[in-house]
Amino acid sequence: MYVPGRLRELIRTIRTARTQAEEREMIQKECAAIRSSFREEDNTYRCRNVAKLLYMHMLGYPAHFGQLECLKLIASQKFTDKRIGYLGAMLLLDERQDVHLLMTNCIKNDLNHSTQYVQGLALCTLGCMGSSEMCRDLAGEVEKLLKTSNSYLRKKAALCAVHVIRKVPELMEMFLPATKNLLNEKNHGVLHTSVVLLTEMCERSPDMLAHFRKLVPQLVRILKNLIMSGYSPEHDVSGISDPFLQVRILRLLRILGRNDDDSSEAMNDILAQVATNTETSKNVGNAILYETVLTIMDIKSESGLRVLAINILGRFLLNNDKNIRYVALTSLLKTVQTDHNAVQRHRSTIVDCLKDLDVSIKRRAMELSFALVNGNNVRGMMKELLYFLDSCEPEFKADCASGIFLAAEKYAPSKRWHIDTIMRVLTTAGSYVRDDAVPNLIQLITNSVEMHAYTVQRLYKAILGDYSQQPLVQVASWCIGEYGDLLVSGQCEEEEPIQVTEDEVLDILESILISNMSASVTRGYALTAIMKLSTRFTCTVNRIKKVVSIYGSSIDVELQQRAVEYNALFKKYDHMRPALLERMPVMEKVTTNGPTEIVQTNGETEPAVLETKPPPSGLQPAGGSMLNLQKSLCLDVMEMTSVMLRMVSRFCKSPDHYFFSAGIPSITAYNKNGLKIDFTFERSNTNPSVTVITIQASNSTELDMTDFVFQAAVPKTFQLQLLSPSSSVIPAFNSGTITQVIKVLNPQKVSDSENS
Amino acid sequence: MINAVLVFNNHGKPRLVRFYQHLAEEVQQQLIRETFHLVLKRDEHICNFLECGSLFGGADYKLIYRHYATLYFVFCVDSSESELGILDLIQVFVETLDKCFENVCELDLIFHMDKVHYILQEVVIGGMVLETNMNEIVAQAEAQNKLEKAEGGLSAAPSRAVSAVKNINLPEIPRNINIGDINIKVPSLSQFM
Repeated sequence: MYVPGRLRELIRTIRTARTQAEEREMIQKECAAIRSSFREEDNTYRCRNVAKLLYMHMLGYPAHFGQLECLKLIASQKFTDKRIGYLGAMLLLDERQDVHLLMTNCIKNDLNHSTQYVQGLALCTLGCMGSSEMCRDLAGEVEKLLKTSNSYLRKKAALCAVHVIRKVPELMEMFLPATKNLLNEKNHGVLHTSVVLLTEMCERSPDMLAHFRKLVPQLVRILKNLIMSGYSPEHDVSGISDPFLQVRILRLLRILGRNDDDSSEAMNDILAQVATNTETSKNVGNAILYETVLTIMDIKSESGLRVLAINILGRFLLNNDKNIRYVALTSLLKTVQTDHNAVQRHRSTIVDCLKDLDVSIKRRAMELSFALVNGNNVRGMMKELLYFLDSCEPEFKADCASGIFLAAEKYAPSKRWHIDTIMRVLTTAGSYVRDDAVPNLIQLITNSVEMHAYTVQRLYKAILGDYSQQPLVQVASWCIGEYGDLLVSGQCEEEEPIQVTEDEVLDILESILISNMSASVTRGYALTAIMKLSTRFTCTVNRIKKVVSIYGSSIDVELQQRAVEYNALFKKYDHMRPALLERMPVMEKVTTNGPTEIVQTNGETEPAVLETKPPPSGLQPAGGSMLNLQKSLCLDVMEMTSVMLRMVSRFCKSPDHYFFSAGIPSITAYNKNGLKIDFTFERSNTNPSVTVITIQASNSTELDMTDFVFQAAVPKTFQLQLLSPSSSVIPAFNSGTITQVIKVLNPQKVSDSENS
Repeated sequence: MINAVLVFNNHGKPRLVRFYQHLAEEVQQQLIRETFHLVLKRDEHICNFLECGSLFGGADYKLIYRHYATLYFVFCVDSSESELGILDLIQVFVETLDKCFENVCELDLIFHMDKVHYILQEVVIGGMVLETNMNEIVAQAEAQNKLEKAEGGLSAAPSRAVSAVKNINLPEIPRNINIGDINIKVPSLSQFM
């Protein structure tokens, strides 16, 4: 009779294989032998075969044909069989296979077995991979075992109960009576798992949480005993008595004390005691301290205790052990919102961590640094952060750049500093900057009116050498397009003006257009910039015309469309060109709300800044979206006016009979983000060349829109009169509207082209 | 909750693989490979925590690892476990293995994979920590081993003394050149040769 080989021999054989192919061959041979052995229903050697199968499974080979065999082993009477059978079930089966339900009966019998180890095996398996059906069937058995006096079984039953609760939350109630005496145990294993069970129940259900709050004094007492008990050889780890249990209890105390004054007060003393008495020379001591600090920060502790906690974290930051530093940075990140001032004291240490070699520590330090920037330290912090941006790994650059932009926007001490910082970021990490940064930057530059010359000069110099970084090139082309006249005029107050001719500027823009490195979007920017320069430059208009006409046959559809439109502008609508390509108006800038305690802006910053009402703290997220709305509104202003122009032009073109028969229907000019603006048109009774447009703005979001100002612009041939609006606040939920009357006069009654 | 316990050697060969969540086989093997690559890149002086969010399908997960001679012990945990606590747990697990196998080395893990699983079962159930007292764990594992031996053990043949079983390996040891620099305490060969 063929006797299947021992596991040991299989392992030895496989280890002699010198190549992957050899190993695969051996495994396949063995699998075939095992399969035939399984078919023969060989009871004696089944356990051996399954053991070998599990080994091969670990190496990565398929072993699913052993699943049923595991079930047969579980049903066997021998402990050896059961042991390997349960292990196989845990490794090979999961609830997605229907086969697993066959285990339920076996487990049920084994839970009532006479040998505690068999019961233990059953509990272990149920706790690892029990499906919801199995858990429902067997919850009663588990609950019974939770009340047994055998501590070995009790602790396993507790963890099994946690798994049951996770799978079938409704069964939580069932385990409640059994928990009554759990904390009275002397056995630390049972105590430990009981605390885990209590933690799970408290996290899942607020009722349970309220119910278990009364256990706080008992937990405090247990913790105290652990600390004061002196040396106990069984539970000692590096001189501390059962640190694992201490950490668990601290975590449960954290959950119980959160948002509850009485519990928090009951815990204050013990927390202070643990914080001051724990040995910190070994990792275990630090683990306990770390947990204590987290608990102190999370419950309603008194301020002295909180300061103690932050100081412990500060000490951790100076520790040589990297793990401790990492852990300290993580917890400081969690607490920086609530205890900002305390964390500020450790700012220099945190900034030093930016220079650490460890990637995980650097990331944490970067996030924390951004959280700590405020009006006072912004210059120093920015210097460090820019240096970090320069030298950090590529995976950090995008986040760092965005963070710097945000911080600079909130706390810039002066416009020039702001622009310099942006320039630094664009030149250092230009290709990692996020796409949405470009329009934000453009808006920012537009608003710093006095810095235009300086900005365009610096941008020009930046792209002179290298125009591969797309965001930088986009911003630069836009600026050159807008302020090219300032560039060539050689006026610059902030720094030494450079001498640039119109041709040189056009050279750069053309090379951007031609370059292979330029993205399609960038090319669009460059072409528009060239076009705008036709009104700002005097001698090179013909060159511009030529460039624009070349791109009229470009393969890129976007470029082609632009070029054709610009060409038309040159040919047929030359009289409109100056008006259309005028300088962009200052866009309404919106300040974002920084952390409420520390917003300090220098008086120099932008008088053009629109002071928005800070949203009440509870509504912070909604306020944020409102601010985004306003931002997008600003950028949509141009879009809206172009819509309006088109309407007006069509109106003016319309022959009189059209007017008399139908009138122009009112339109919804804008309907986005909850803001809806309707235009109704009519001719003025007094003067037929005047169109009277009534706008009605309504707001369907949850917040009132304050400081709503409608602006409009028309081509030079038209005249515009804006009468005062009914109010500047649009109430929420469509409960009211703002009405404003606009009069547009078209003196020549010339029909405009559709393109305007 | 502990998501996975992985032990592999310096070349990425798995020595112990235990997942506490349901994953297909190929996914498991891929995770082992990628974890190995992540951990191999780490310098000696870097902290023992790695973020591995995309690997295990959740941004919450961290890899906590320790390097002992030729073996990496890696625990994948989520935020409900204390990082420093898990480091200590790894230490407890390794010391327990040491006690059970008498100066454990990689060979012990290779040839007694099932025993290592049983010991792990006494420490962690369903991703949660069960017992941290080394003596308890060792005592319980020993008791169960005795039960098994009384029945005839895995080999289903009457068992001899444990040392006799260990002797079978002796001729093999000089041939296993891939054990590299492990600290092996081999009983003096002269007695048995």
